[in-house]
Amino acid sequence: MTDLLQRLLPTVQKPARYTGGEFNETQKNKADVRVRVAFCFPDTYEIGMSNVGMRILYGVMNQMNGVWCERVFTPWADMEQAMAEHKLPLWALESQDPVKDFDMIAFTIGYEMCYTNILNMLRLAGIPLHASERKGLKNIVFAGGVCAFNPEPMADFIDFFALGEGEEITVEIVSLYDKAKAEDWSKEQFLQEVSHIPGVYVPSFYHHTYHNDGTIAEIKPRDGAPVKVTKRIVENLDEAYFPTKMIVSSTEIVHDRANLEVFRGCIRGCRFCQAGFSCRPVRKKSPEVLFRQAVDTLEDSGHNEITLSSLSTSDYRHLKELTDAIIPYCANHKVNLSVPSLRADNFSRDLMQKLQTLRKSGLTFAPEAGTQRLRDVINKNLTEDEIISSCAKAFEGGWNNVKLYFMLGLPTETDEDVLGIADLVYKVIQTWKEHASNKKRGLRVHVATAYFVPKPHTPFQWEKQITPEEYLRRCRLLKDHFYSKSIEYNYHTPDISRLEAVTARGDRRLGAVIEAAARNGAKLDGWDEYFSYQAWLDAFAECGIDPDFYTVRGFREDEILPWDTVDVGVSKSFLMRERKQAYAGMVTPDCRHSCSGCGANALLQEVECDA
Amino acid sequence: MPRLLFEKKGNAVWISHLDLMRVFQRSFKRAGLSLTHTQGFNPRPSVSIALPLSVGVESCCEILDFDLEGEPVPYEEIQARLNEALIAGVRVLQVYDNGAKLKNLAYLHCNVILEYDQSVPNGTLTAIRALFASETVIVPKKTKTNGIQDQNIIPMIRSLDVRQAGEKELILDSVVCCQNPTLNPMQLYLAIERYLPECKADFVRCCRLEIFDLNSEVFR
Repeated sequence: MTDLLQRLLPTVQKPARYTGGEFNETQKNKADVRVRVAFCFPDTYEIGMSNVGMRILYGVMNQMNGVWCERVFTPWADMEQAMAEHKLPLWALESQDPVKDFDMIAFTIGYEMCYTNILNMLRLAGIPLHASERKGLKNIVFAGGVCAFNPEPMADFIDFFALGEGEEITVEIVSLYDKAKAEDWSKEQFLQEVSHIPGVYVPSFYHHTYHNDGTIAEIKPRDGAPVKVTKRIVENLDEAYFPTKMIVSSTEIVHDRANLEVFRGCIRGCRFCQAGFSCRPVRKKSPEVLFRQAVDTLEDSGHNEITLSSLSTSDYRHLKELTDAIIPYCANHKVNLSVPSLRADNFSRDLMQKLQTLRKSGLTFAPEAGTQRLRDVINKNLTEDEIISSCAKAFEGGWNNVKLYFMLGLPTETDEDVLGIADLVYKVIQTWKEHASNKKRGLRVHVATAYFVPKPHTPFQWEKQITPEEYLRRCRLLKDHFYSKSIEYNYHTPDISRLEAVTARGDRRLGAVIEAAARNGAKLDGWDEYFSYQAWLDAFAECGIDPDFYTVRGFREDEILPWDTVDVGVSKSFLMRERKQAYAGMVTPDCRHSCSGCGANALLQEVECDA
Repeated sequence: MPRLLFEKKGNAVWISHLDLMRVFQRSFKRAGLSLTHTQGFNPRPSVSIALPLSVGVESCCEILDFDLEGEPVPYEEIQARLNEALIAGVRVLQVYDNGAKLKNLAYLHCNVILEYDQSVPNGTLTAIRALFASETVIVPKKTKTNGIQDQNIIPMIRSLDVRQAGEKELILDSVVCCQNPTLNPMQLYLAIERYLPECKADFVRCCRLEIFDLNSEVFR
């Protein structure tokens, strides 16, 4: 008789995402395995399999003797329903065994709106949601990823967090678990020991108390837990583990290509950007190592596309050497090379021209703000001249499609700044009229505005978010000033960005809200087809929590912040200094121009910051 | 153009037709065999699969045409290298030249397996035989334009035998048209569901066993 899962597969969309069996997946003999890790990505297979971090850590854990790491993704709603109807618990792809059978359950969290997916996955696995309800060593739940830089909203559910880059810390954690399991430790004993691993944060070791006004009065560590937990980084990227034998999905995923990370950190310091600060310091990778890894990855996987990724690829010092080597290889082997996140400088323009011989890519700018004044406030070092001259060259070269991304609700923004966006777009259209080599096809300018979400560990971490009503007013104001038929304007609905703002800067009290939202049916919040704002609003009401406390209120500089326990390397005094600079409309030069003293270089012992 | 015969089994049956093309393109690359590319605006590796297989259907008689550039590689070697590079469930059975013309591909030998969790209801065998012995059996068919059209499937069935396999399984062993017109074997079960609701199975699966040309010779 066909088993239950095989019977459900024909009834759901894209069944191949539930079966595993891809090229390069890791299978192990259970008899040789002492620690089984279910590595959960709280979104669909297509998103999770595109995540480089997950691929790295999957390789890291499976390289360990006696450890078998398997993948688990959020099932799409049709599968979730089928699982519920037939009481089929969540399984891991490699062995198809229930997640409940695993020793360790790991989550990587890259987006706040995945929080309900985490709870739903635990529920579907039949594992108690609250850390306090899971008594033994088995099914211990830990998490990492950028969202762990403010772990508090998930503190009720996650036994411990691993902060920062996972290549080394994951090995230390899993090895300790191996020992704990062999020696039959209690969960408490394991948590005690694991909290001594640098970069590990055990939320239950910290007691939070609040003032009457709702702000945090005190965060008190117990049993010798560190007052601050400092994130981990890998110093030498050339020697760091990199999986050249990556799983090749049999079904199409979002980033269906090889992915090569050229360096880590960012020299730019855009004041709204969490990654730009929390991924510091800058660490280089040599072009020789990168080229070898590119070739190895492509030959092993059979991909016909490779992307060079980083936060700002133009800032990679050896971009010329690397592309000089990689472009001919790609041409000879019919591989497309894509280089996103290029800046509008001369070298990048030449590079784009070269890449165009392989395949024509899009032209996208993220000026983020419409006026130079506001771009200075946010320290986005992209000038109107750069945008216009890049557009002119591109239009001459035959492009007739531009995407422009902006944010609304940035600190100090006025209507003049909003209308500055319309002016800039108008100038782009004029440039096309003057420079287009082929006007027959017409021009498309896609403009998108996002609702600014202040994020922890940035100079804007204390800022107010504007109200949803005010955001919509600014959207309409802008829309009313777009006259050309060439413009396609999209703005995000404010609902999800408001929730993002709440969860990004939330404290421990939000755990109850997230749990209630999930109970009310919130799931796949990042997907328009399932996002239910009402489920969240009801959850806030049930828990007596006012979302405005985390959004429009803003945080005082002398207030204890929920994420004060987490040290990402960048000092609070630097962030305050940057905030003052922002209000003064002063730019801070990029780190390569002059060091701005963020403090992240103190994380390095073996190498220097490569900014 | 060389041709290969392959099978698709196990969990690989859940890979869609388009995804399977990608799996092959990458497998050729991994095997160090470079495919020629189409000449269009967006060059694509030249692989084509004769009869797209529905998701969930097992097969041991799939045909794929491909074209390699550069120095010729012996066919046994192509087969061995591809099988090293392919995924579990997809296996190349044979690589050969001078394949038959695709337009002569006409019939498919397939099995539709009906699973009954309790046991096969009494009289099902007889009822199914009687159903397919009639002159018209109308089954709604989805058309490409998103409409639904009623279709008499009897003329597209060359032969059909029903047999019981154990207490809980029935097998429809059939040869059907697979090109101009095409009968999706699952339609055989849909007919049962429509005309004999009391014979409804708890689960149905399907597999392709062999393909034939217009003269009922095995198609290669």
